[in-house]
Amino acid sequence: MKKLNIFVVAIALLFGLTATTQAQITEKPEYGKFAITGATIHTVTNETIEDGVILIEGEKIAYVGNNIRVTGDYKRIDATGKHVYPGFIDGWTGLGLVEISAVPVTVDDAEVGQFNPNMYAFTAFNPHSAAIPVTRVSGVTTVLAKPRSGSISGKAAVMDLWGYSPDSMAVKKSGALVMNLPSSTGGGWWDNRSEEEIKKQYDRQIKEINDFISKARFYDNMMKAYESDPSGKTKPDHDPRMEAMREVLSGDVPVIITANSEQEILDAIEWAGQQEGMNFILAGANEGWRVADEIAEAGMGVLTTTLYTPSRDYDNYQRPYQNPGLMAEAGVKVAIVSDDTENSRNTTFEAGYAAAYGMGTEEALKAVTINPAEMFGVADKIGSLEEGKQANLFISDGDPFEPLTNIEQVFIKGFKIPMQSRHSQLYDEFLDRDAVNK
Amino acid sequence: MKKLLTLCVMAVTFVVTVHAQEKGSVLIKNATVITVTNGDLENTDVLIRDGVIENIGKDLNAPRGVETVDATGKFVMPGIIDAHSHLNGVDINEARNPVTAEVTMEESVDPNEVGIYHALAGGATTIHLMHGSANVIGGQGETLKLRYGTTQDGMRFEGAKRTIKFALGENPTRVHGQGNGIQPRTRMGVEQVVRNHFDEALDYKRKREAYLEVKAEYDRRGRGTPPVPVAENLRYEVLNDIIEGEIYVHCHSYRADEILMLMRVFNDYGIKNYTFQHANEAFKVAPELAKNGAMTSVFSDWWAYKFEVYYSTAYNASILNANGVINSINSDNNQLLRTLNHEAAKVVRYGNTTVNDAIKMITLHPAMQLGIDDYVGSIEEGKHGDVVVWSGHPLSIYSIAEMTFVDGKKYFDRSNDPDDMRIDINPGTDFEDGANFREIVTRRDEDACLQDAFILMQNNTQN
Repeated sequence: MKKLNIFVVAIALLFGLTATTQAQITEKPEYGKFAITGATIHTVTNETIEDGVILIEGEKIAYVGNNIRVTGDYKRIDATGKHVYPGFIDGWTGLGLVEISAVPVTVDDAEVGQFNPNMYAFTAFNPHSAAIPVTRVSGVTTVLAKPRSGSISGKAAVMDLWGYSPDSMAVKKSGALVMNLPSSTGGGWWDNRSEEEIKKQYDRQIKEINDFISKARFYDNMMKAYESDPSGKTKPDHDPRMEAMREVLSGDVPVIITANSEQEILDAIEWAGQQEGMNFILAGANEGWRVADEIAEAGMGVLTTTLYTPSRDYDNYQRPYQNPGLMAEAGVKVAIVSDDTENSRNTTFEAGYAAAYGMGTEEALKAVTINPAEMFGVADKIGSLEEGKQANLFISDGDPFEPLTNIEQVFIKGFKIPMQSRHSQLYDEFLDRDAVNK
Repeated sequence: MKKLLTLCVMAVTFVVTVHAQEKGSVLIKNATVITVTNGDLENTDVLIRDGVIENIGKDLNAPRGVETVDATGKFVMPGIIDAHSHLNGVDINEARNPVTAEVTMEESVDPNEVGIYHALAGGATTIHLMHGSANVIGGQGETLKLRYGTTQDGMRFEGAKRTIKFALGENPTRVHGQGNGIQPRTRMGVEQVVRNHFDEALDYKRKREAYLEVKAEYDRRGRGTPPVPVAENLRYEVLNDIIEGEIYVHCHSYRADEILMLMRVFNDYGIKNYTFQHANEAFKVAPELAKNGAMTSVFSDWWAYKFEVYYSTAYNASILNANGVINSINSDNNQLLRTLNHEAAKVVRYGNTTVNDAIKMITLHPAMQLGIDDYVGSIEEGKHGDVVVWSGHPLSIYSIAEMTFVDGKKYFDRSNDPDDMRIDINPGTDFEDGANFREIVTRRDEDACLQDAFILMQNNTQN
């Protein structure tokens, strides 16, 4: 082990020097026909294949199996002894919308106003964020970039992490509508409102939300009536906010409600139960394990994390790590997310903790691939290694949840991604800073 | 009177019992022992007696009355040391002056914070409880052993070096320049605040010593004119202790230029023992750091949460290590403190640092930075019995800390781990109705360094 490491360092040093001499900002990706051979293929949705082959043609996966002769027109990537996984999906991040959270002019995820269903994360998604390459080389190939302010924050977008425009990166422009319900329990020790005031405010805010949704339903019905038979009718005035609610009311675009405490989750379940035809997902759910059966019964998926301190002083220290597994065991569809921006790459370790504390590796793997893909309605395109799906995948030298594992090559939409980022480039430049070319 | 005396005696006895830093004995059998300084030893036993590692070897026998722990298939590593924590600080920032060297965390320790137990469950045994980063020269730190359930004094790491917090860059310039309208508002000002105060302190020392000398002479002779007093000034006393090397400086810093600035200043005043905390851009000046013998204590992968960490890299620790800088990985965050073993593992991922060097960054190196490496940071005979039994190799994501010993005393045992581990239960904190939640700390929070100072800043922004 030690010897190996010294060897690796020596190689890294060598590479460091060569990279410095090349002085390239970012290499170009490769695109075309690839054959990844000899790898253990973790399809997620089907059996794991030993010594398998994946063929990539253009942006799609053309073959997954171990019974094919690879013809000469494919660029071969020998992955003997390596592993191939579907690209991970971070289903809850500010990536692309927030560059530096402490610098307000770089923060584009919080629009002014209470009801903003017509705000699209897609629009503000910056393809050139320095954090995007940092994220994708760690194996996270797709994210749900989400807005966060007001009662209805706007539409979160499912974005691939390769491309020069939001248009070319969007897997789904309207991935989900993000909502924040008021708290019926107050905001903690610093909240000095009386119980009565809290209740009054809660009821008022819920009423505002319900009124908004009623209006949207009315608008939708009116539009539907007009669209089905315009003859003799005046076209109703176009309202962008109401218009943006239509795909939500029909259930085509899910609604994500942020809720963390037991009571917030129960409130969200109760409120969601009163909405007809809509699909709901919970984001946060720190205390989901306390009400896992109720969440399962409501049929709500959950976006959650593991790396936080227990929400109550008297809770066992490992509850946050166990939470995703406990919810999954109760039958909840769980996606594990970063809830981070610049460190969206840590989705991997959030999931690793869940895997180690009861969820198991296989289930945790689903929680960062097929589960979020299904929740956001993009499972026909991403989330597993299947023929016909987008070639979003990576090759690693081991279990990707292990921090000691190296992610060696990432593909996004068929592009063989240069394994570079600001972080690796600074390493290349500064490992041996004063070396000069003679 | 007699009754009162008895009561007093009882009180004293009680206090003494509680204050005693209990030591324990244990024999851990048949583990892979990660010694840190002497490689990994397979199928090896570690005998801790009365708080001290007495023997490391094979087929050791338990002395009479000493508990044996079978660690077959498991790993034993030194307890994790966090060189940057605010875990159980009652107050963090005395943010009303750019220099508050006289302030200390000594009395700001909450020994009942349940987070101490959570940290033990993550394999940590020692933390450096630091003052915040609001001030250029902040307060003195306190190195604590995580003896959960003792007292302020009971947690103190006897023999640890005195430390003090410095802070450069955005935090002090925001709090004082932007917030209070006084220097420093810029990195130019930060340097002058340090230099001016060192100069003032040296002047003070000269005058104070001259006065004390004349005073002593006057007292001895008992006649003549008494000298004009030069009052004792605790702030200047502490600054002189820094200059004289009695206090290790831990300097919150990010940018390469400000790191170079402080090294120039410290060279001018002959200050030698110091560690740059956070130091996201330290990798850019790794050769200079190595040349000056300056140390660093960094996050494994935090970046881009504020402008001064935007041009940084998760490869920072590996670059520093390859350049010969003594570096540690710290938490500055109550969640990160629970998973520092995996933070260290990231140093292997980002830059191919060896596994043993990565482990040094959470054991021996932080011990050096706190001046406690004679006692802890590795598994060696004669060092303290601060060790952790892990279910597997501690850098694997699947490994879980099973037992944590401080001074040979077991403070955490996963097989006996009740849910409610609070010691001091606050009356009125009824959680059952869903209210009164504890603030959840995620690893995504901004550095805790500006705790307490935010209120000040918010007030000032409103004014």
